[in-house]
Amino acid sequence: MNVPASLKYTKSDEWFDPASGAMGLSDYAQSQLSDIVFVEVLVEVGDTVEVGSPIASVESVKASAETYASATGKVVAVNKALSEKPETLNSDPYGAGWMVKVENGQPGEVMDSGAYEKYCAQRTH
Amino acid sequence: MTYIPISPKERDAMLAVIGVKTLDDLFKDVPVKHRFPKLDLPPALTEMEAAAELADIAASNENVHGDLISFLGAGIYNHYIPAVVDHMLRRGEFYTAYTPYQPEISQGTLQAIFEYQSLMAALTGMEVSNASHYDGATAAAEAVNMAWAQFRGKRRKVVISATVHPQYRAVIRTYTQGMELDLAGDDADTDLDASPEELETLIDDNTMMVIVQYPDFFGRIYDYTKLIGAAHGKGALVCVVANPTALALFKTPGEMDADIVVGDGQPLGIPMWFGGPTLGFFTTKKSYVHKMAGRLVGETVDNHGQRAYVLTLTAREQHIKRERATSNICTNQGLLALASAVYMSVLGKSGLRQVAELSYHKAHYAAEQLSKIKGMGLCFSEPFFHEFALCVNRPADEVNAHLLEHGILGGYALGQDYPSLKNHLLIAVTEMNTKEEIDTLAGVLSEVNND
Amino acid sequence: MTDAASTKTGPKIVEPTIFDLSSPGRTGVSFPDPDVPHSELPKSMLRADLPLPELAEVDVVRHYMHLSKFNYSVDGGYYPLGSCTMKYNPKIDEDTCRLPGFLFTHPLQPIETVQGNLALMYQLQEWLKEISGFAAVTLQPAAGAHGEFTGVLLMRAYHKSRGDAKRIKMLIPDSAHGTNPASAGMLGLKIVQIPSDPRGNVDLKALQERCDDTVLGMMLTNPNTLGLFDEHIEEVCRIIHACGGLMYGDGANLNALLGIVRPAEIGFDLMHFNLHKTFAVPHGGGGPGSGPVGVAAPLADFLPEPLVGMLEEGDEETPPLFGFVKPAKSIGRMKAFHGHFGGGLVRAFTYIAMHGPDGLKDISQYAVLNANYLLARLRRTYRVPFDRICMHEFVAEGQFEGSDVRALDIAKRLMDYNFHPPTNYFPLIVHEALMIEPTETENKDTLDAFAEALIKIAAESKTQPELLHNAPSTTQFGRMDEVKAARDLVLCCWLPEDYEEQR
Repeated sequence: MNVPASLKYTKSDEWFDPASGAMGLSDYAQSQLSDIVFVEVLVEVGDTVEVGSPIASVESVKASAETYASATGKVVAVNKALSEKPETLNSDPYGAGWMVKVENGQPGEVMDSGAYEKYCAQRTH
Repeated sequence: MTYIPISPKERDAMLAVIGVKTLDDLFKDVPVKHRFPKLDLPPALTEMEAAAELADIAASNENVHGDLISFLGAGIYNHYIPAVVDHMLRRGEFYTAYTPYQPEISQGTLQAIFEYQSLMAALTGMEVSNASHYDGATAAAEAVNMAWAQFRGKRRKVVISATVHPQYRAVIRTYTQGMELDLAGDDADTDLDASPEELETLIDDNTMMVIVQYPDFFGRIYDYTKLIGAAHGKGALVCVVANPTALALFKTPGEMDADIVVGDGQPLGIPMWFGGPTLGFFTTKKSYVHKMAGRLVGETVDNHGQRAYVLTLTAREQHIKRERATSNICTNQGLLALASAVYMSVLGKSGLRQVAELSYHKAHYAAEQLSKIKGMGLCFSEPFFHEFALCVNRPADEVNAHLLEHGILGGYALGQDYPSLKNHLLIAVTEMNTKEEIDTLAGVLSEVNND
Repeated sequence: MTDAASTKTGPKIVEPTIFDLSSPGRTGVSFPDPDVPHSELPKSMLRADLPLPELAEVDVVRHYMHLSKFNYSVDGGYYPLGSCTMKYNPKIDEDTCRLPGFLFTHPLQPIETVQGNLALMYQLQEWLKEISGFAAVTLQPAAGAHGEFTGVLLMRAYHKSRGDAKRIKMLIPDSAHGTNPASAGMLGLKIVQIPSDPRGNVDLKALQERCDDTVLGMMLTNPNTLGLFDEHIEEVCRIIHACGGLMYGDGANLNALLGIVRPAEIGFDLMHFNLHKTFAVPHGGGGPGSGPVGVAAPLADFLPEPLVGMLEEGDEETPPLFGFVKPAKSIGRMKAFHGHFGGGLVRAFTYIAMHGPDGLKDISQYAVLNANYLLARLRRTYRVPFDRICMHEFVAEGQFEGSDVRALDIAKRLMDYNFHPPTNYFPLIVHEALMIEPTETENKDTLDAFAEALIKIAAESKTQPELLHNAPSTTQFGRMDEVKAARDLVLCCWLPEDYEEQR
C-alpha cells in the first residue's frame, strides 16, 4: 500500500499535501472501493471548505463514499478531469487523482504516513 | 395447509432433526402473553368458493367494457390492450421471477427492461430512461428530489403549473413536506387561460425546477420550448409530465430541450384496474444519470463474450448509499414495464400512431358535436389532444348523474380541483369510443337542457 | 433488414433486441380507420418521426418467449432469498385480479358504481388490522419502501402535531435494510445506528444511552434481518416509548408472525406490510409490490388520503355504502389514485380468504419449521454467527478457513446446482453473509437437495475452488463485467442509423 511520506492523512482516508494545498483520497480508500465509476467534485473555485465538509462524492461498482476536506481553506483549483476519467482515482490517487487545491490550507486532525500505515493495518475488513 | 407441501410425517422428521417436539416449541422467544392470538377472520375458502366470491364482488361493479360507456380520463385512460400483452405477462418466467440481482439467471427480465428503457427514451425524445417508478405522480416527485440533489440545497423553489394533474401536485407536496421548499405557480386563483410563458415571471435564481404537463390537465397542447429556454437561462431544470400516447403524434419534450420527462405509462397496455398498479416513467439527459433514482439496466458482456445486461450504477441506490441516497426506492414496476414494452413492440411505430390519431379525431368530433348543444361550449380554445374541458352551464355533478342514468360515465367534474370550473367536465375520448357512443353522449347531454 | 447476428464484430448476441429485430414496413396489431371525420392536426406541433420498432405479432411473441427462457422464476425453482419471501404465487390470484369487473373500473368513477372494489378494500383493511393488531390501515402505498416513507412522514406529523419539533433523530439497528435509513434520510433525519448484542438482539444498553427527547423513534424489523425474534422486544419498545419516541415496524418478515403474534400488541406503533412477500403477490421481475401501512389509534388521523371508509351502515335489506374518507390531519396523498388495487389488493384478498386464521398460522409455523430444518442441517458446515432457534430465515457465513472462496462464489456455484442463490452481503453485520429463507411452500425433498448442494459446495471450496471461482458454468450466461457496464454506460439501444433507407 502506497503511503507517501510527504503527505498528511485523516482517519477518513483523505490525504493533504501541505506543500501544494492539494487533497484527495488515499490509496487504501481506493483499494477498498475498488473499481471507481463516478466522481463528482462538489465544490467550486472560490468556495471556502472547512475540515470535514464534503468535497467529493465517489461511487464504485459496489460502494459509495463521500470525501471530506482534510484542511480548511479557499479553493483555488478543482480537478474537472476526474469526472471524465474516474478510474484515475484508482490508478493514481496521489498524483493525477487530486481532487481539490486550497490556498493557506489549515489541516484538521491529521497523522503522518507512519501513523496512517499503522492505522490502516489494524483495521479489519 | 393450502399451499404447503409438507406432510405430517415429514414435519415430525424435521422437528426431530431440529431437536424440538412440536411446532409451537419454535416460538418460545415470542412473549407468552401475546403468543398465538386467535385471529377473527372468516374460515378458509376453497379455491372453488373463493373464485365464486371474487366473481360476485367483481360483478357487483359497473365496468366500462360491459356496463358503461366511458368518457372519463383525468390520468387513467381506457385504451385497447392487445391480447398478446397479457399472454406474455402470464408467463411464470416473467411474473414469478425476482428482481434481477443475479444477472446470469435473469437475462429475460434484464433485457426486457433494457428494451423498455430504450422504447421510453425513443418515445419521449430523451437520452436515457430508468426502469420505472411507481406511477406518474411519484415519478414527478422524484424529479423534484433529483433537482434538490442536483443543487445540494442551494435552491429551494419549484415553479409548478396549475395545469399539472391535481393529484400529482398533491403527491409532490406530500413528498417534499419536510424540505422547506417554496412551491409556486398553482394557487387556487391562477388564471387558467394564461399561456405557459406567464410562468416565466415566477422563475428566479432560487428556482431549482419548473414543472409543466403535456398535454396539460385540460388536454391542451403547448410548445414549451420558449418557457424551457427561459428556465435554463436562470439555471433551473425543467420537468415535463407527458402523456405517452400523445407522444406518438406530437413534438417531444426532448425536442423542446426538457431536462426530465415523467408520466404515467398506464395507457401503454396496462388496464385501468381502479387506478393501480400503473407505471411511472422517468427519462432524462445522460448527463443527469448519476443523480437519477430508480433501477437502471446497462449493457455489458459476460465471461463467455456474450452481450448481456446488468443492473448498473447501483451505488446510487438505497442498499448502498442508505441515508445519502437520492431516494429510498427499491422496487420498480417490473412487470408493468414489461407490459408497456410488449404493447409498444406489438403496436410499433404505426400502431401507436394509429391509436393517437384515432383518439385525436374522435375527441375532436366529440368536441364539435358537444359544442353545438345549446348552452354548452368548449372552455378553452387551444389545440388539444384527446381531452377537453366542456362547459355545461350547470353543476357538473347533476350532469354526470343524468348521464349515469343513461349508462354513460361522464367526464371528470373539474370543480373538485378548480374553483372557477364548477360547471365544467373534462371529457376524454379514445380509440375505444365509437361514433355511436359519441352521438349517444351528445344526445343525452342535449336532453339535460330540457330538464 | 439488419441481420442481427452478423451486424458487428464484438460480443456474441444470444437474443437480438426488439430494435435489432425491427424491419421497415412490418406491422403487428393495427386498428380500424376512424369512424368519424378527420380533424386537422396542428402541423407545427407534430413529431417528425417516431423511432419505434416495427415487428409482426409472431416476431414479438417469439422474442419474449426467448427472453423468458433465460429467467429463473419461482414457477421454475427454489429461491431461498432471505428477506424476500419467495413463496409460491397461487394461480387463482392471477384469475381473480383479472376479472373484468376489476380490470375495467376507473378510479374516478362514482362510488355507487364501484361498491365491489370499495367493499373489497374495506374488508382487506379490516383483515390486515386483525392480523397485525393495528387500529387503522392505509392500502395506498405502492411498495415496502413507499410504506416506510409513509411511516416516517406519519411519525414526523404526529410529533409535529404535539408541538414537538426537536425530534430529529431516527434510531436504526446496524442490521437494517437500506430502505430504512434511506426513508428517514428523505426527511433529512439524522440516523443513529444501534448495535446488536452477541445474541443478535438490539443492544439494550446502547439503545438506552441513545434515547432522549430528540429521538423521533426507532425503525425495527422483528424478526430482524438475522432471522431472529428479539428476546427483549417488549423492553425495546418500552425504552423508545419512555423517551417519547414511536416504534416503527418494518413488516418484511411478517411471514414468521401470522397467527403467532400481533406486532401492535408487543409495542409497535405502526408497521408496513409487504403484500408481495407475506401475501404471495408475485414479484414480477422487480415489481409492482404493495406496501399498506397499519397504525395504532393515536396515528390514525394522520394516515394518507384517501382511506376507504363505511359512509353508511347497512342493515338486513341494504348493504353498507363504502366510499373515501380523508383522515382529519392527513399527511397527504402518497401516490395518485388508491393504491395497487389490481395487482396487490385483490390478490392479497384472495389469498387471505383462502387461508383463514388457521391457514395463516400454518404459513408461519411451516416457514419457521423449514428455516430451522435447514439451519440444523447446515450449521456444522457453515458458520452461523447467531446460532439459536431462528424464525423464517437465518444467516450463515459464506467463507471457510484456509480458503479464499467467498459468499459470492458460493452463490454463483449454487446456480450450477439449479438453485437461485440466497441473499448475499446482507445484513451488513455478518461477513460474507448468506441469508436463507426457504418459505413454507417448499417440500422436504427440495430442502434436502438444497442442503446437500451447499454441503457439497463447501467441500468443493477446499478441493476444487476453481469450480466456485468460475461459477456458474452450466448456465447460458456467465459472470458479468459490471465495471464495463458502469464505465461504458450503455443504457439504451436504438434503430440503426440507416434504418429508414431500407424502407
